[in-house]
Amino acid sequence: MNNPPDISQDSKEYEEYAHGIRKHVRGYLMVGALLLVFTGLTVALSYVHFGTQKANIAVAMLVATVKAGLVAAIFMHLAAERRLIYRILIFTGFFVLGMFWLILFAWYDYPIFR
Amino acid sequence: MEIPYTVSNRPDTGLWNAKIGIWLFLASEVMLFGGLFSAYIFLRIDAPPGMWPHGLLNVPVGTMNTAILIMSSVTVVLAWASLKMRKYNAYWWYMLATITCGVIFLTVKLAYEWPQKFDHFGIYIKPEALGKYEQYLGNAYAAEKGLPPRLEITGHLHNRAAQNDPNIKEYEVALDPLNADPTNPEMDRPHFWPRSATEKIATIEKEDVQYATMFLPRHSAYFASYFTITGLHGLHVLGGVLVFIYMWLPVSKRLYQQNPEHLANRVEVSGLFWHFVDLVWIFVFPLFYLL
Repeated sequence: MNNPPDISQDSKEYEEYAHGIRKHVRGYLMVGALLLVFTGLTVALSYVHFGTQKANIAVAMLVATVKAGLVAAIFMHLAAERRLIYRILIFTGFFVLGMFWLILFAWYDYPIFR
Repeated sequence: MEIPYTVSNRPDTGLWNAKIGIWLFLASEVMLFGGLFSAYIFLRIDAPPGMWPHGLLNVPVGTMNTAILIMSSVTVVLAWASLKMRKYNAYWWYMLATITCGVIFLTVKLAYEWPQKFDHFGIYIKPEALGKYEQYLGNAYAAEKGLPPRLEITGHLHNRAAQNDPNIKEYEVALDPLNADPTNPEMDRPHFWPRSATEKIATIEKEDVQYATMFLPRHSAYFASYFTITGLHGLHVLGGVLVFIYMWLPVSKRLYQQNPEHLANRVEVSGLFWHFVDLVWIFVFPLFYLL
């Protein structure tokens, strides 16, 4: 009905298309290697004392955010995606940040102000 | 009737349907895990000094599991790319590798990491009795070094019957290295390589005990959030593995022969789910194992 004939039926068109994918494969492997390096880095940095525990948490979360960004941008193809997907994610980000903000809200509601 | 827009784009959204479907689902997943992470933050900042344990998990094993999940994320994206290039054989092998990684991850979690915790004993001492066990806690030393107070003695419980038998008046515990040698500066911070319980046995009278338990969810807010979040994450890994097994079985080869792009799209959306599960783990690992 709505499904077009398989792209592989047109050999020329398919060649172009497969070539594009092949170029990506290298990128995926490099991102995978980078993620492994960052994993080692975050483990190593957790044994470095950055003065306070808060500083260590900030460093670890920074590395984790970079890793998560790589996964989202490359593996999940968010680096180049349709606008509708971004719109869904903006909504999600708004609500999830709102939920984290609620912690702060509740925290200052606590009787013993610390 | 054929399901529409499995491979072609719907004119109004510009996307094939499953793609929007999986992203809406992932949006709800973000809220689900976001709720649990915010609970974690709240419990952690609310924990009194000394009540948020550190260094109780096995970091090398956790690191290995992190690497396994990352590699499985690579293999699943390569499986998808192989389908796009119409290489079913390569797809089959990459999928097998992904499934294997998922199964290893779950096995390590369920057959090694969790049972080890279930077998580890923690005893919180009543505040007024802390001085009596100073030789195991070293609180004077901890205060001098600016370390958080030590309220708990951990190790391996020798007289296991003591847990349920009210006639047994004390716990006999083979102490963990920290409690065996609490004033050793080497014990100030957690170590990368876990150290097993020592030969040193401590006898702790039950009347001095606030509460004592194996490392179960009830042990602390830390273990409660650890088991909840890693448990839910593990269920996601299991779900992903089951979907991948279906796509790896001969039944999917038939779909490939009819419409390879359809199978590629199925792999892409289940891959998106899998990457999300990896992404959650990227935060779980430092928050529970390292910090």
